[in-house]
Amino acid sequence: MARVVIRNLNKTFDGFHAVKNVNLDINDKEFVVLVGPSGCGKTTTLRMVAGLESISSGEILIGDKVVNELPPMDRDIAMVFQNYALYPHMNVYDNMAFGLKMRRFGRPEIDARVQAAAEILGIQAQLQRKPRQLSGGQRQRVALGRAIVRHPKVFLFDEPLSNLDAKLRVQMRVEIKKIHTRLGTTAIYVTHDQVEAMTLGDRVVVMKDGVVQQVGEPLELYNAPANRFVAGFIGSPAMNFATVTIVADADGPLWAHNDGIHIRLPAEITGRLRQHVGEAVTLGIRPEDLRVASSSDPADLAFDAVVEVVEKLGSEILLDVKVGPSTMAASVEPTVRAKVRDQLRLALNPDRLYFFDGASQAAI
Amino acid sequence: MIEGAKWRRWIFFYIPLSAFIFTLLFPFYWMLVTAVRPDSELYRPWNAPNYAPFWTAHPTLDHIRYLLQETLFSTWMLNTLFISIAATLISLFCGLLAGYALSRLKFRFAGMLGTAIFITYLVPQTLLFIPLADIIRNFRLGDSPWALILTYPTFLIPFCTWLLMGYFKAIPRELEECARIDGAARWQAMLYIIFPIAVPGILSAGIFAFTLSWNEFIYALVFLSSPEEKTVSVGVTSELIRGDVFYWGSLMAGALLGSIPVAFVYSFFVEYYVAGLTGAVKG
Repeated sequence: MARVVIRNLNKTFDGFHAVKNVNLDINDKEFVVLVGPSGCGKTTTLRMVAGLESISSGEILIGDKVVNELPPMDRDIAMVFQNYALYPHMNVYDNMAFGLKMRRFGRPEIDARVQAAAEILGIQAQLQRKPRQLSGGQRQRVALGRAIVRHPKVFLFDEPLSNLDAKLRVQMRVEIKKIHTRLGTTAIYVTHDQVEAMTLGDRVVVMKDGVVQQVGEPLELYNAPANRFVAGFIGSPAMNFATVTIVADADGPLWAHNDGIHIRLPAEITGRLRQHVGEAVTLGIRPEDLRVASSSDPADLAFDAVVEVVEKLGSEILLDVKVGPSTMAASVEPTVRAKVRDQLRLALNPDRLYFFDGASQAAI
Repeated sequence: MIEGAKWRRWIFFYIPLSAFIFTLLFPFYWMLVTAVRPDSELYRPWNAPNYAPFWTAHPTLDHIRYLLQETLFSTWMLNTLFISIAATLISLFCGLLAGYALSRLKFRFAGMLGTAIFITYLVPQTLLFIPLADIIRNFRLGDSPWALILTYPTFLIPFCTWLLMGYFKAIPRELEECARIDGAARWQAMLYIIFPIAVPGILSAGIFAFTLSWNEFIYALVFLSSPEEKTVSVGVTSELIRGDVFYWGSLMAGALLGSIPVAFVYSFFVEYYVAGLTGAVKG
């Protein structure tokens, strides 16, 4: 149990700046997820915490102790790898016991811990098997078990679920969450899957090109993204973006305008947008905030769209539509009968509009 | 397996395979029939009515008896065995550490060093024995098994290093990283995780090194002179060919008996060494 502090962390590989000035304060017992597209520096950051990668500059503290120069074995951490990294020549029991044997635990203690972990994970029956005789899900459990038995200060997860099929992934996600709740060990989890990040993390760190874009609770990222990248990365299906110009009326209200959209902006946000009048900004609307307009919807909060693709997902229908120059996705009621090339009028939720500065892409 | 009609299977599988097996095994058959052929049949002219080179009408053990009783063949066998095992162990030990270092550790000139080791393997033994002979003389090692035990590694270590380097590279890095996080120092991760997984590779390197030492000829010919120090390959050819007289029967018996240990080692470890060459690490 420990907090992890990362201060001004940098990593350069042969002139390539992979991690840029990362600062992160991870509380004791917290589950923090690093998420971002591949090559964003999340795995490198994790490997620096693990001690598998040297630190170019900055500091990492685990439980108030600077660990920069400490070898992995002395950091009191456990790591679960993407490819499980089970020792192929040892059976499941020995795989889990290896870390304890290396640390010279007594045989009874090792046995008790391995049995306890096996029980938590439901792999008691597989203890004598070799890794190659196990299914993907079972291997993943053994990898988790190997981390659990150590009772480390910090768990590190490097995309542990990406080798599993979709169904098993959801199941193991729940399991990891349960284990964390039960053990309360500080955890750092790396993934490229935003759904995993949102469901597992107490807090989520979104990274891109080695830079932390935003740190926050899952719903904070969803509701108040700091910039266009976070807005587009968090949420599925992804947020729609359209370039619009902010136009001011003579009598006060602001309008967002482009070839296909002409909507009146609610009074609450006009204050923030006033200084961008006449500028091109990015408008963001989440697919779930769009619906097929009814007669009661005001005309200045809706726009015309042409259906291009209809994806019937069951609980909802996803429409890919053309709105003026841009394409958008709208998640609508499953009762909507829409066909390709239909003309529709879509209404939006005026309280859930996002605007991003045209140049800096930061939220306005 | 070849699909389709029976004739296709014969043309593309059975006949080429039989030809291949025949070519491979014929020398051994020749050694066998010659070793047990009495002199009367051996020296029968080719135009004699009962000339039969491919089989022996009245097999005899005389040549084998001569080889074992009148020559130092058993001493040569023991010499070769000792030299081969010692040279193999030395080379495997060095090759393991060097192969591991070159495939896993990051250090300056690692790539260059790997290439340099490979280049030493390319220097032909037929040239290298000349400077080596000088070194052997300076260290007063001539005519002792150590002359070979210490010179065979000059070609065995590069060989083992490269074979094992390839094998270590095929082992996922994460296994070792995981072990190191689990609390193993680098040498422990190497000893408890990497080496056990690399057993097929280590065994095949060992088998090859053993075979190369067993069959080595030129160093043994140059560095050893007294009959009781010789290895099989040199002993048989130098003691059983006197001037222009070839003791064909005993020569072939010596060749046959001399190839038994190698055949034995191969058949014993065949599964490991196939796995070692195809390099399959199953997780």
